[in-house]
Amino acid sequence: MSQDKHDLYLLQPMVVKRIVYTLYALCAGSVLLDLVIHRHETLGFAEFFGFYAWYGLVACVALVLAAKGMRRLVKRPENYYGEDES
Amino acid sequence: MMAWLANPGWLLIAAGLVMPFLPLRLRQGLMLAAPLLAIAWLWQMPQPTIIEAEFLGYTLTPMRLDGLAFVFALIFSIAAFLCGLFMLHLRNRMEPSAAMVYAGAAIAAALAGDLMTLFIYWEVTAVASALVILANGPQTYRLVLRYLVIQVASGLLLMAGAIIYIRATGGVDFGQLGLNVPGGWLIFLAFGIKAAFPLLHNWLQDAYPAASPSGTVVLSAFTTKLAIYALARGYAGTDILIPIGAVMAAFPIFYAVIENDLRKVLAYSLNNQLGFMVVGVGIGTELALNGTAAHAFTHILYKALLFMSMGAVLFRVGTINGSELGGLYKSMPFTTVCCIIGAASISAFPLFSGFVSKSLILSATAYEGAWIIWMVLLFASAGVFHHSGIKIPFFAFFGHDSGIRCKEAPPNMLIAMGLTAAACIGIGCAPGLLYSILPYSVSYEPYTSSHVLSQMQLLLFSALAFTILMRTGIYPPELRSINLDADWLYRRLIPQSFSWAQQRLTTMWPTALADHVLHNLMPRIASLMAMPGPAWGTGAMSTLVVVLLAFYLAVFYLS
Repeated sequence: MSQDKHDLYLLQPMVVKRIVYTLYALCAGSVLLDLVIHRHETLGFAEFFGFYAWYGLVACVALVLAAKGMRRLVKRPENYYGEDES
Repeated sequence: MMAWLANPGWLLIAAGLVMPFLPLRLRQGLMLAAPLLAIAWLWQMPQPTIIEAEFLGYTLTPMRLDGLAFVFALIFSIAAFLCGLFMLHLRNRMEPSAAMVYAGAAIAAALAGDLMTLFIYWEVTAVASALVILANGPQTYRLVLRYLVIQVASGLLLMAGAIIYIRATGGVDFGQLGLNVPGGWLIFLAFGIKAAFPLLHNWLQDAYPAASPSGTVVLSAFTTKLAIYALARGYAGTDILIPIGAVMAAFPIFYAVIENDLRKVLAYSLNNQLGFMVVGVGIGTELALNGTAAHAFTHILYKALLFMSMGAVLFRVGTINGSELGGLYKSMPFTTVCCIIGAASISAFPLFSGFVSKSLILSATAYEGAWIIWMVLLFASAGVFHHSGIKIPFFAFFGHDSGIRCKEAPPNMLIAMGLTAAACIGIGCAPGLLYSILPYSVSYEPYTSSHVLSQMQLLLFSALAFTILMRTGIYPPELRSINLDADWLYRRLIPQSFSWAQQRLTTMWPTALADHVLHNLMPRIASLMAMPGPAWGTGAMSTLVVVLLAFYLAVFYLS
């Protein structure tokens, strides 16, 4: 605990911003590569431009929003079953 | 007798049985030597090797080594070695000994060529794994009994199914069964419980996070993958496994997103990865079965690695709740790197092990034209990266600064993690090694430009989704809570229905019989289900276990 709280280089806002922009650039690059490389797919519809990109994005946003909604239904206090295990 | 003992599994079982009586150094030596010897033994045995033995008038097959059994027995032995290394610092005798017996029984079960032998080792894994959890302390007692009842119930179904099958067909061999043979459904259900099929799954998320830091690593490797092996052996090409596997792959990831206990998050993603393997078994082509075997192999390694890294955090910090962790990368740099390697492997990044095994299953699904299942598996692939690949390392090692500064994990843990991480990268970079030991010879090239690009698009945009949701504050925060799952049925609904009936009865049935039902029988049954009261709950549960075991013996000798 002796170390300073701000010594975590990777958590500094400037660094985080740089990481995030790198990710944006990589995302853009991976989709643009679809123009250069023709992906051969067993299932034809997956050859659609940037198919995996939008599918990954939509899938994950949907996943998180659905899980968030589900939390309202299933969330309970930690001692719900009256046990104090783990 | 020799036919039973001449078995690599028995090497570990014997080591586990003598270990409690040995001094520490010898225990440690055995823990490492026995699995290594088992690996060497398996490696030099010709395939197929079949050893038979007469027992109660049946010709049993204590050992059948063929392509499928080899992959599973080998990875179980490798996992036993890595687990032994990871728990080498332990001073208690119970956990390492139980772990060795557990691993040995899993190896012996994978090598079992008949249903009776399979049943015996199936039950040994249940009891030994329960002891592994129990070694974490008396607070796990009630949970262990709950776990044991479910595991033993799986054994009961296996035995009942096997007896029906053996009586009807006269054969004891464990080969392709299918659902249409006599007893086929019972055995299917027995395998399904241990494979954590949807709604039968909750013992896994319940029990695994309750074990010690090393205990959970041990648990993650064997039981469920033994069930996958058994399904691949007995139910390859069984259509119903395809939708079951797809639901398994998708359903647990919703829970993983909102779960706070990071080891429970991993338990959910373990369940999700089993879904891929179950789909592979259901498709049942040579490519799909190779995919299942390969994915089980890589999965055991990267899952162990992830549980090791979280175990190391728990060991050093004392908690594994995402809400309390963060910013640990500087304190535990090596653990962080290993965790990220495990995360990249489970997420199937190119050059990491999951990429070369999961693609076999996805390709096999696409070749069958099963596009809905394929879309579900793709969704599950994106989702697993989202919660296992990003959430686990992010909340533990990055995220925000929790202020926790701790020591790096002990040397034996670091070596175990380092070796496992090296294996994950090795398989990812040189998949030919893994492909060469798969049960069928199939030529498959995972590193095509199409495949690498499509996978990178999927992963990068999943990461983009996480980043956007995180930076806009939409991502659900880590909260101290539990989430209701299928266990609510037997831990809450059924017991409460009993007490409801109890109240009704009190008002309208005031006889001596009702008195007995109310004050003796009902609380007993209710306690079996929920175990709400410490006074009589555990006693009743142990009674049930004993009754089930007695029932086995009775059926075994009467039939």
